[in-house]
Amino acid sequence: MMKTHQIISEIEREHIRSLVKKGLRIDGRSLDDFREIQIKTGVVEKAEGSAEVQLGNTKVLAGIKAEIGPPFSDTPNNAVVTVNIEFIPLASPLFESGPPGEAAIEIARVIDRGIRETKAIDLKSLCIIPGDKVWVIFVDIYILDHDGNLFDASSIGALAALLTTKIKKTNVQNGEVELLDELQPLSIATKPISTTFAKIRDELLIDPSLIEESVADARLTITHDSDGNLCAMQKGGKGSFTLESILKAVDIARMKSEEIREKI
Amino acid sequence: MSLYFERRQVVVPGDLLAEGNYRNGNGTFKELGKIFASVIGLAVVKGNVIHVVPLEGVYIPKAGDEVIGKIVDVSLTTWQVDIKSPYFGVLHASNAVDLPFNPLRTNIRRYFDLGDTIFAEVISFDRTRDPVLTTKGKGLGKLRGGKLVEVFPTKIPRLIGRKGSMISMIKRETGCKVVVGQNGMIWISGRTSEDEELVVSAIRKIEREAHTSGLTDRIRELIKESGRKNDEN
Amino acid sequence: MTRINQNSYERLIDENEIRIDGRKLDELRPINIEVGILTNAYGSALLHHGKNKILAAVFGPRELHPRHLALPDRALVRCEYRMTTFSVEERKSPAPSRREIELSKVIRESLEPAIFTHLYPRTSVDVFIEVLQADGGTRCDGITAASTALADAGVPLRDLVVACAVGKVEGHILLDLDDIEDKKGEADMPIAILPRNKEVTLLQMDGQLSREEFQRALDLAIKGCEQIHEMQKEALRKKYSEIQEEVLEELNEFSEKEENQD
Repeated sequence: MMKTHQIISEIEREHIRSLVKKGLRIDGRSLDDFREIQIKTGVVEKAEGSAEVQLGNTKVLAGIKAEIGPPFSDTPNNAVVTVNIEFIPLASPLFESGPPGEAAIEIARVIDRGIRETKAIDLKSLCIIPGDKVWVIFVDIYILDHDGNLFDASSIGALAALLTTKIKKTNVQNGEVELLDELQPLSIATKPISTTFAKIRDELLIDPSLIEESVADARLTITHDSDGNLCAMQKGGKGSFTLESILKAVDIARMKSEEIREKI
Repeated sequence: MSLYFERRQVVVPGDLLAEGNYRNGNGTFKELGKIFASVIGLAVVKGNVIHVVPLEGVYIPKAGDEVIGKIVDVSLTTWQVDIKSPYFGVLHASNAVDLPFNPLRTNIRRYFDLGDTIFAEVISFDRTRDPVLTTKGKGLGKLRGGKLVEVFPTKIPRLIGRKGSMISMIKRETGCKVVVGQNGMIWISGRTSEDEELVVSAIRKIEREAHTSGLTDRIRELIKESGRKNDEN
Repeated sequence: MTRINQNSYERLIDENEIRIDGRKLDELRPINIEVGILTNAYGSALLHHGKNKILAAVFGPRELHPRHLALPDRALVRCEYRMTTFSVEERKSPAPSRREIELSKVIRESLEPAIFTHLYPRTSVDVFIEVLQADGGTRCDGITAASTALADAGVPLRDLVVACAVGKVEGHILLDLDDIEDKKGEADMPIAILPRNKEVTLLQMDGQLSREEFQRALDLAIKGCEQIHEMQKEALRKKYSEIQEEVLEELNEFSEKEENQD
């Protein structure tokens, strides 16, 4: 759960807004600069795949677990992927204990769409017995330190963790599934990368920090696949975007997503 | 009488500091005649008093402190003020507004509204009730424009300097107005944002490298040098 | 599902009294403690202990929400111990389990005796422990990490709190059980102490121990805690030794200043 009540001082708000007018930001970045991204993979050996992502002072930990379970009845030949994000109170005074609230669920669902719509994971290859047993891939993301742009930090974490994931090979005999010791990587077809903007004073700031998010009128997240196609978008916040600014954001996002993809 | 630490050694909670005829000061406690550290910090002996100068910790208000705070709640007759402490400051209308007024007719938001930043003095505080603030006094009241910087409260005396020498020099050399709260909040207002940035970098430098001799001179250098660069641009 | 190797070992301790991971009976797993790694928390610590990875963060003393919980004469200490879903072999549900709720309580009660809560009436000191990877003894590591984080937050403490587990496996009394030893052993006993006076602030036991075995286990636990305590102090000092140089200079000037005034 996220506290809805966070009062930003008028001085800080005005300061950020007046800088933006000049194309500047409080941490010295230009409007289309990402913060430094650091990715460490294989940090949790008990997980099938894992990654710790640091985006400026924002830190997230993503872990993958795989289990054998039933497929959805409408997709009997496909593996199941679920994305879950936990805003744990360890990460920020703004987070409270309890089941994921709307903000966490929104991010999880956008990442889920980014993976699903791009067919990033070859789900058919993870089917064990059609209609009966498939691999269920759990992507769990924990926010450890919150300084804004949880969307992009989480989606980078999810992708980096999936790319390092290895699951057991299986052998089916008489309807019984045997788990082998041999491991196989997931087959990843494309790498969806999200890029998030905050709108302040009709300007778009890429990769907003927490204080910028608190001052922003609206947020826009745009996900591109490896071929540069759009694969997920989500507008958030109480404000609105003009058509021109959305198109401009799409162009910047495509460029930035290529840069980020190279780091994963 | 025995001391169990080197001069200004980093000590951690539970470390034995002294035994015998010593008194225990801040950051320490006494148990069965022995003095131990209760916080992480630097152990210091002054006369026969043992202190630990804390390296971490929250701001605890003291009567007489001047603090910078943010209005986070408004009721009919009081404001609640975030002063970067575990305790919210309470500002009663009677300590902010000169004229007698009827709270049913006058909305006190006209004076200070949510998100406003104020410079206030702590009138009283004893931890059993929230610290009471006043904005009646010279230089106190609402801070408009400018920018806010936060530093660790224990750095504040260093920033002010001996008899205010450091802070007056910074103000003089940059032409900025600078208001320093004991709670670690600093407000800066200058003619240009470059001037304000200069004060921020000076504060960050003081925070980072608090060397003995010549810090004031080096800060003056920093300001003059950057000032020249700004003029050239 | 993926519980490998656990059953393939017939014995956990060989004839030379060496454990399956190569340790002696009274040997700890390797420990590393990092202090102050999070920016939002007032204090934090990351503890690596064998395969355990435990992150602890402290917020407080801070304004207490909801306010009606406030205590008039001291700070309210709250604690949450949680495991990430991927910290164990089989994915754990993200919802808090009964085990996590019980451990949160006993961990809180192991830390409370160390905290000078009366200094901050009506506030809260919130301790969060996240088990990133679990391999036996996580409640003990949670306590050690949390007390390190409390010190890093500048919360006044009577002493650090340090914990480790002892147990009985195949008739031997062992220090610092890992997951397999815990699951297959005859007894498990996590203990937390305030090392200065050897006061016990957490004691749990399950299994079977004779009076004599209990005594030996207790002595061994204290020895383990003392070793961990040294590492804990070292980790805290390490973070602050850099700052020390700066503050030292600063202090010099202050004492000059005060002397001038005197």
